[in-house]
Amino acid sequence: MRALGRAGQYVALVAYVVFLGFPLVWLFSTALKTPREMGNLNPSWVPADPTLANFAAAFGEQDLVGSAVRSLVVALATSVITVVISLPAAYAMARHRSALNRAATGWVLVSQVFPFILIIIPLFMVLRALDLVSTLTGLVLVHVTFVLPFALWMLQGYVRAVPRELEEAASVDGAGRLRALASVVAPLLAPGVVATLLFAFISSWNEFLFALVVLKDPDVATLPLTLVKFTGPEGVSRLGPLAAASLLATIPSLVFFAIIQRRLRSGLMAGAVKG
Amino acid sequence: MRVRSVLAAGAAALVTLTAAACGSGDAGGGEATSAGPVKLQFLSLAWQKESIAANKELVETWNKANPTIQVEYVQGSWDNVNDQLVTSFEGGEAPDVIHDDSPALSGFASRGYLLDLKDKLPAELKGDIPQAAWDTVTFSDGKDGQGVYGVPFLQESQVIIANKKLLDEADVRVPTAEEPWTWDEFAEITRKLTKPGKRFGVAWPMKSPVNKVLNLSLNFGGTFFQTDAAGKSTVKVGPEERQVLQRIHDQLHKDKSADPSALGMGTADPLPGFFDGKYALLPAGVFLRQQVVEQAPEGFEWVTIPPLKGTSAEQGAVSQTLSVAAQSKHPDEAVKFISFFLNGPNQVKLAKGDWLLPTSTSAAKDSSINAEKDGWDVATASAKNLVVAPFLKVNGYDEWRTKVATPALQQYFANKITLDAAAKTLVEEGNKVLERYSS
Repeated sequence: MRALGRAGQYVALVAYVVFLGFPLVWLFSTALKTPREMGNLNPSWVPADPTLANFAAAFGEQDLVGSAVRSLVVALATSVITVVISLPAAYAMARHRSALNRAATGWVLVSQVFPFILIIIPLFMVLRALDLVSTLTGLVLVHVTFVLPFALWMLQGYVRAVPRELEEAASVDGAGRLRALASVVAPLLAPGVVATLLFAFISSWNEFLFALVVLKDPDVATLPLTLVKFTGPEGVSRLGPLAAASLLATIPSLVFFAIIQRRLRSGLMAGAVKG
Repeated sequence: MRVRSVLAAGAAALVTLTAAACGSGDAGGGEATSAGPVKLQFLSLAWQKESIAANKELVETWNKANPTIQVEYVQGSWDNVNDQLVTSFEGGEAPDVIHDDSPALSGFASRGYLLDLKDKLPAELKGDIPQAAWDTVTFSDGKDGQGVYGVPFLQESQVIIANKKLLDEADVRVPTAEEPWTWDEFAEITRKLTKPGKRFGVAWPMKSPVNKVLNLSLNFGGTFFQTDAAGKSTVKVGPEERQVLQRIHDQLHKDKSADPSALGMGTADPLPGFFDGKYALLPAGVFLRQQVVEQAPEGFEWVTIPPLKGTSAEQGAVSQTLSVAAQSKHPDEAVKFISFFLNGPNQVKLAKGDWLLPTSTSAAKDSSINAEKDGWDVATASAKNLVVAPFLKVNGYDEWRTKVATPALQQYFANKITLDAAAKTLVEEGNKVLERYSS
């Protein structure tokens, strides 16, 4: 019976992996097809006449590499700055409970319900006054502002999960507050920090609307702004080059995930406090 | 440790790259220095390979011939251009020359974002474009006057792309521009071309049905809007407006000659089924010919069928346009550039790049867009049927289209509501929307 349950788990896992992998494999297959094959009513997984023409068109017509580098800069800056700001704030909000903290947490959540489009023009005016229009710094500032509330809320949960007793034990052993934070709390928060980094990175990497508004200069366009140049009116697009370019767009985030996913593990605190 | 190293490396890279990127400057509108040339920014929405190439080539030609007025080509996207423009206008960062379509110009004009070109365009350009096209860019200036807020240069008519082999097999008359199919003939032919369980005579992709239905309804004089002496618009759905709606519905649910599963499709989505012989006819804008040429299997024969005729062959049209931002520091230079960019020979290049119809009468005579190949002759001839779309001057049309008309028409075509119910919604809910815009 247990073996059957385990087999069921594997089947579910495989089904989930297939579900997640399908768009990526389909993207890859489409990127290698000719326009004629894309017009086939019965599409195949394996291109009948594979071609690299879509990649040549995508890279030849648009500055994909430059856009990807800029997107990477913005996403990395956003994720690092978000964590640097939200970590101490989350600690303070989680450890020092007061009416003010509860109000702050409430405000953080309320700020998530404002539609982007509502604030886009005032935001643009602010950036213009700061001379930050068409700069990546301006975009990073905007992305951090928008990722921060959720990151803060997310990290608070991780901080609360670290038992206070561990900090107390450290101070009994002679560690000062900062030492206890650096040597005891920080390592235990690593999975939370990594999860927050990933969240901030993905949010920034995929973000389109703010980038569209802030980056007026085509020379500083990020990847989402470049990808949309392969689409036309009424949902018609140049599917081949778009698939090729989109495939490129997935690579940096996959690499980023691969590098830091090992830190995404739980159970560090299992058994930390007993009795 | 590894995470720390990655973060440290990332931070170092960020400092360097961000600092470098921060230096890349202000996009701004046109700017001039006392010593250098005037610089204009041109936001283009060309997206097809040939069209981008044509646009870039014309900009390059201009820049070579005009060292004192240099134009920077910037590629935008149809999907989000109006969001982009609103923030640009509000922030004083708008491009000098703006590519858009005529429905968008009305709102921008009334808010004072666009320059009135009425007295600025050269006579040659004015005379080369017919009044029907100028009507698509003539709007209220938001005060008491009317202005011309763009130069119309590309238009689209609705034709029918047909599987030639299936037409021949069914021994169907291939119509000409002089003798087009009537809607009755069209219904009969789609019935004839339908093979139950195997093939539908026609596929109507109706993901965005409103503009298509409204433009075609002019075939029977259906305008869907009426404007009183005070300039207040209301919706009307009378016998003229019901014609095209009823006829398409009959094909779907009475004759069963149109595939109901195509209703949710976008314009180009039925192409694989069309190539496979699942549909014999595909009503579409003339630009779809480009996709057909690119995607059709080898040996596939197709023809372009001229616009259908009801009581007339008239169709509503909007135009792609070039406008000048009111905040441009160099409006005269921008107008000069537009006059060059949209002259007859250049409109031929632009029309071929986008597979659309030029508004220029001299361009329309060019042999390359009157050839039989790829249906250019039929497409170009169809331009004579285009008149200004009645909805173009209705304040609040866009909200009526998205919130009222799109769901109502989709429900009607899906046979979930009757024509009377659809008409009632279009009028009653629609007038509530328009009311807000008239006050």
